[in-house]
Amino acid sequence: MPLPAFQDLAPIYPEIFLALASMALLMIGVFSRDEDNPSVSWIAIAILVATGALIAGQDAGARELFDGAFLADDFGRFMKLLILAGAALAIILSFDYLKTAKILKFEFPVLVLLSTLGMLLLASANNLISLYLALELQSLALYVLASFRRDAVLSSEAGLKYFVLGALSSGMLLYGCSLIYGYTGTVGFEGIAAVLENTDRSVGLVFGLVFVLAGVAFKLSAVPFHMWTPDVYQGAPTPVTAFFASAPKVAAFAMLIRIVQEAFPAIAEDWRQIIIAISVASMVLGAFAAIGQTNIKRLMAYSSIGHVGYAMVGLAAGTPSGVQGVMIYLAIYIVMTLGAFACILAMRRGDSDVEEIAELNGLSRNQPMLAFMLTVLLFSMAGIPPLAGFFAKFYVFLAAIEAELFWLAVIGVVTSVVSAFYYLAIIARMYFQEPAADFEPMTAKVRFVLGLTGIITLFLFIPIQFLVTAAETAAGSLF
Amino acid sequence: MTIAGFFFYLFAFVTVASALMVISARNPVHAVLFLILAFFNAAGLFLLLGAEFIALILVIVYVGAVAVLFLFVVMMLDVDFAELRAGFAKYLPIGGLIGGILLAQLLLVVTAWTVAPQEALKIAEPIPAASLVSNTEAIGRVMYTKYIYFFQLAGMVLLVAMIGAIVLTLRHREGVKRQDVATQVARDPSAAIEVRQVESGKGIG
Repeated sequence: MPLPAFQDLAPIYPEIFLALASMALLMIGVFSRDEDNPSVSWIAIAILVATGALIAGQDAGARELFDGAFLADDFGRFMKLLILAGAALAIILSFDYLKTAKILKFEFPVLVLLSTLGMLLLASANNLISLYLALELQSLALYVLASFRRDAVLSSEAGLKYFVLGALSSGMLLYGCSLIYGYTGTVGFEGIAAVLENTDRSVGLVFGLVFVLAGVAFKLSAVPFHMWTPDVYQGAPTPVTAFFASAPKVAAFAMLIRIVQEAFPAIAEDWRQIIIAISVASMVLGAFAAIGQTNIKRLMAYSSIGHVGYAMVGLAAGTPSGVQGVMIYLAIYIVMTLGAFACILAMRRGDSDVEEIAELNGLSRNQPMLAFMLTVLLFSMAGIPPLAGFFAKFYVFLAAIEAELFWLAVIGVVTSVVSAFYYLAIIARMYFQEPAADFEPMTAKVRFVLGLTGIITLFLFIPIQFLVTAAETAAGSLF
Repeated sequence: MTIAGFFFYLFAFVTVASALMVISARNPVHAVLFLILAFFNAAGLFLLLGAEFIALILVIVYVGAVAVLFLFVVMMLDVDFAELRAGFAKYLPIGGLIGGILLAQLLLVVTAWTVAPQEALKIAEPIPAASLVSNTEAIGRVMYTKYIYFFQLAGMVLLVAMIGAIVLTLRHREGVKRQDVATQVARDPSAAIEVRQVESGKGIG
């Protein structure tokens, strides 16, 4: 069998570029005299932007490579652009933090690039082997990033915990993959779908699917596989947490949607039950467990668990508009999350980070702009119109109602009201409490990210149709 | 029951049993030794499937390198060897038994394994010509062509692992003397030796 010619590899050019560029960046980092060279991070951002441009410049339509192991389609491209945006903003947020924490090393952006590469490949993975390899590429880099502040106990703990539980979940995923392969005789998603079309589903196959979904749910930090999330979010360096909460979630959702919609459309009834159960559990836990939190990073962890639950409502519908809803949700979610983490990064006194929620007391008087932006983002997360977060929830609940999952939508609305409680509690602190000590002024880069995400959150209702159409086209490529 | 069936159940049983022992053994050294036993039996299962290349790779890479490295690391950890020695006599019978089984298995595998023809038909053929070439050759044919994508991806995973290991463990200590070949070669007697006239009865101040 001959090797594929290079010009035939056009669909995977962006990923090849990203891989080569990150290796080149690694070399630049190693051989530059300066140990803590911030220009490496700037180059990394440029690489991400260039990769994004390459992806955006690809022709519409689906193309397969390597016997169907890699699939470049509209759905994948939409998710990839979200992933790249999340990664680039996370790197921008990291500059000043790494410098003050004295962990400004060139490996940081390189690892972010390599895990982003894993995510891009994950969004394009079209068989079980490429899915697993891409997932491991992503996860392995994330484990290292979690413990990047290796001298801090919490960071090391976060990395170790994430690694051990992540390895366990990979084991479950692989076991599920082996069962699916055993019962269908193929690893390709189309092949699996074709086998399921022609034969009755066997219990063993559903067993395998359950294991795969359990592994994916772990990566998504969906209940009941969420236990690692608060600890890892709290322990990991804050820009890393911002990265964890944005890009990998998009990649994991891309993987989940592709598995269930491309490989298992024939047994939708089986996986929809699982997705609904996970979704309800995540929404409820995300809403109630966050109430008692005093650390803002832990609060964001529970909030992200809840958001995963809401996004899954759209997937539970199992319709094109449901997948479209998930994609809109993810796009808006990463904007809000990165904004919120920019605010958390702005919480600094002297040389140390402040992470207690009580420290936000009276922020509106000390730093009215920061308080206003955080208020906008929190209102948006609670789903208050006309902010972006409202549209996110609107489209997933609409899809659920169209699919006649009325009670699921009702649970979603009720839990978002409950979660509004703790978002509003923070806002009340900022506006109605006596001021705590002042924070350090925001750095320019944090202000940039906060401004960008804040403006998108505030004014997305004007060009929302653009996002909806883009998501519709992208979701259409799966059905 | 055919010979192949008998060996399948033997290998499968010992694999599962030793995997259980890996996680339940109190002594980490024993756990690693059980892991090695599990690897050997898994290799036996691969042989029954007709995948002799993977079987041998498993023995060479996992048993020969990875498990030995494991053992090495475990021994560097704080293991109470006094306690270990005290229990040695107690565990000798079961240890000897397992060792004996392992030896017997090895001997049986080496001397008497055959793949039943009907078993070979059940295996999903990796490439059409699998029956004509040895499976080492078959893997060689597809590894860098059909599966180039997976191969490269696995390479990227290893790269990340390497970067990660360096990031998390490398520390640049101050004041550590390192060998600098260029400086050593460039030295000459005038830079290395200083000749002083020392007055008798007095040291060098």
